[in-house]
Amino acid sequence: MKKVRINNSVLNIIFIAVSYTAVSIIVNSGILSRQMTSLIIPIGVNIMLAVSLNLLTGFLGELTLGHAGFMSLGAYTGALITVNSDLPEIIGLPLALIAGGVVAAFFGLLIGVPVLRLKGDYLAIVTLGFGEIIKSVLTAVEFTGGAKGLSGVPKYTTYKNFTIVFIFIVLTILLIRNLVNSRHGRAICSVRDNYIASEAVGINISKYKIMAFVISAFFAGLAGVFYAHNIGILKPDNFDYNKSIEILVIVVLGGMGNIKGSVIAAIVLTLLPELLRDADNFRMLFYAIVLIAMMLFNNSGLKERMTAWYKSKKQVKTVTGGE
Amino acid sequence: MSLITNILEQLINGLRTGSIYALIALGYTMVYGIAKMINFAHGDIIMVGAYALYVFIGILKLPIIAAIILTAVFCAVLGMTIEKIAYKPLRKAPPLAVLITAIGMSYFLQSAALLLFKATPIPFGNVINVPSVRLGNITISGITIVILVVTTIAMIVLTLFINKTKAGSAMRAVSEDKDAAELMGINVNGTISLTFAIGSGLAAVAGILYICQYPALTPTLGALPGIKAFVAAVLGGIGSVPGAMLGGIILGIIESVSKAYISTKLSDAIVFSVLVLVLLVRPTGLLGKKRTEKV
Repeated sequence: MKKVRINNSVLNIIFIAVSYTAVSIIVNSGILSRQMTSLIIPIGVNIMLAVSLNLLTGFLGELTLGHAGFMSLGAYTGALITVNSDLPEIIGLPLALIAGGVVAAFFGLLIGVPVLRLKGDYLAIVTLGFGEIIKSVLTAVEFTGGAKGLSGVPKYTTYKNFTIVFIFIVLTILLIRNLVNSRHGRAICSVRDNYIASEAVGINISKYKIMAFVISAFFAGLAGVFYAHNIGILKPDNFDYNKSIEILVIVVLGGMGNIKGSVIAAIVLTLLPELLRDADNFRMLFYAIVLIAMMLFNNSGLKERMTAWYKSKKQVKTVTGGE
Repeated sequence: MSLITNILEQLINGLRTGSIYALIALGYTMVYGIAKMINFAHGDIIMVGAYALYVFIGILKLPIIAAIILTAVFCAVLGMTIEKIAYKPLRKAPPLAVLITAIGMSYFLQSAALLLFKATPIPFGNVINVPSVRLGNITISGITIVILVVTTIAMIVLTLFINKTKAGSAMRAVSEDKDAAELMGINVNGTISLTFAIGSGLAAVAGILYICQYPALTPTLGALPGIKAFVAAVLGGIGSVPGAMLGGIILGIIESVSKAYISTKLSDAIVFSVLVLVLLVRPTGLLGKKRTEKV
C-alpha cells in the first residue's frame, strides 16, 4: 500500500517536471505566436479558479455564482498594494499574493457564515448577489478607480516569468487534491451526498461548509492577484456574473468533482477562443450548446442507454470473435 | 411641499419599475412552484420579446395590437419549446444539473440574438403613446399609467385564473404534489407546458413594457431585469404568486428611492443587500412556505 503511494508521488513529480519543461520550452523557443504565448497566464488563472470552484460546486455540492467576486477581491487587494507601495518586486508580489488571498478568504468566511442557512437555489442567488454587491462597491468607491478601472498595475506575472504562476498552480492542485482525499475532504463530500446522514453520524456540517468556502475563496483570490499583475488594468466589469459563469462552465465541462478534468477543461476553454478567433460570435453559442448537451447527456438517462448499447455491441463482437 | 412631491414621484417611479419586475417575477415563481427549478433563461425571454416586437413592427410593419399579441404568442411557444427540449428530460435529474442547463439556455438565447441582430443597440421608438396626467403637483407620464394598468390587469387575471379555473387548480395541485396530481388524472406534462407558456407570455409583456421605458435593443437587455426580478421572486418567497407581486413592487421602490436619495452606483448593491438580509431572517422569503425536510 505504502509503496503504491510513493510510486504515485514519484509519478506526479515526474509529470510536474515534464510539464514545466514543456511549458518553458514552448514559451522560450518562440514556436508559438505572441498571442498564444501570452495565454499561458490566463490558462493558469483559469486553472486555479476552476479547481477552487470545483471544491465548492463539485465536492461540497453547493452551486455558487459569485466566484468572480472572490477573484476581484484578490485582484484589487493585490493590485492596490503593488500600485501604492514602492516595494521591490521580490517583497511586493509575495505581499500582494498573501494579502489578496487573505482578503478573499476573509470575505469567503463573511459570506460562508450567513449562507449556512441556505441551500441549493437560494444559496446560488445569494452568492450571485454577493458578487454583484462586490462589483458595484468596487465601481462606486474612489480608491479603486471606479468604473474607469485601476490602471498601472506592475506586470510582475506575465508569461516571461511564468515560473511563479506555475508553482502556485501546482500548489493549488496538490493542496485541494490532498484536502479532498483527506478525512476533511471525505466529510465535505458526505455533506454533498447526504447532509442529513452526515449530520447524523456527527459531522459538523457548518464547519466543513465554511472551511470549503474559505479555502476556495483564498485560491480564487490568489488567481485574482496573478490576473491583475498579468493584465495590468482592472475594471469592475471584468468580474461580473458572466465571469462566474465562465468558471462554472469550465468546472462542469471538466466534470464536477474531478480536478484533472477542471485542469484540462481550463486549458481547452482558454485556448479555444483564440483558435476560433474568426468565429468569435459563435463561441458563446458553442459554449451554450455544449453546456446544455453535456447536462442532457449526463442526466437524462441517455448516457446509461448509450453505454448499455455499446456494451451489448461489444459483447456481440467478443462472442463472434471467440467463435 | 416639494419634498413630499419629490418623494411621491420617486414612489411612483418605483411602482412602475417594480410592477415590471413583478410581471417577470411571476414567471419565475410559477415555474419554480411547478417544476421546482429556477428558469435562468426567463430573463432572456424578455429580450426575445423585445426583439420580436421590433421584428413585427419595425420590419414586418404590422399594426401595434397584432404585433403585441403575436409577440406574446411567440414567447409563449418559445417557453414551451425550451421546456420540452431542455428541461423535460431532466425532470428526475439533480437540481444542479437543471440549473446549469437553464444557464446554458440563457447563454444560448443571448448568443443567438447576438448573431442575428449584432451587438450594436437598435434604437426603437416608443410604441405606446398616451398623454401624461397631472395630479396636483405631480406629473405622471403616460407610459407609467400604461404600465401600471397593464400589470394590474395581468395580475388580477392571473390570480383569478389560478384560483377559479380548472386549469388553475390543476397547476396548484401539480405544484403541491406532482405524483398525487398525476394519480388524480391531471395531465402533469400539459400543466407544466401551460405554466411555461403563461410565464413566458408574461415575460413578453414585460419585455414590451420594458423597451417602452428604455427604448434600445441589445442582446443582453434581459439579463439585468431578469436578475432583479429573480431577486424579487426570492424576496417574496419563490413559489408564491402574491409573494412575487409584493417582492417586485418592494424591490422597485427600494431601487428608485436608493437611486434618488443615496447613490446611483450603489443602488444594485443596496437591492442585493436587502435580499441577503431578508433571506437571513426568513430563509424562504417574505411569503414563502416553510417546508420541513423529511429523511
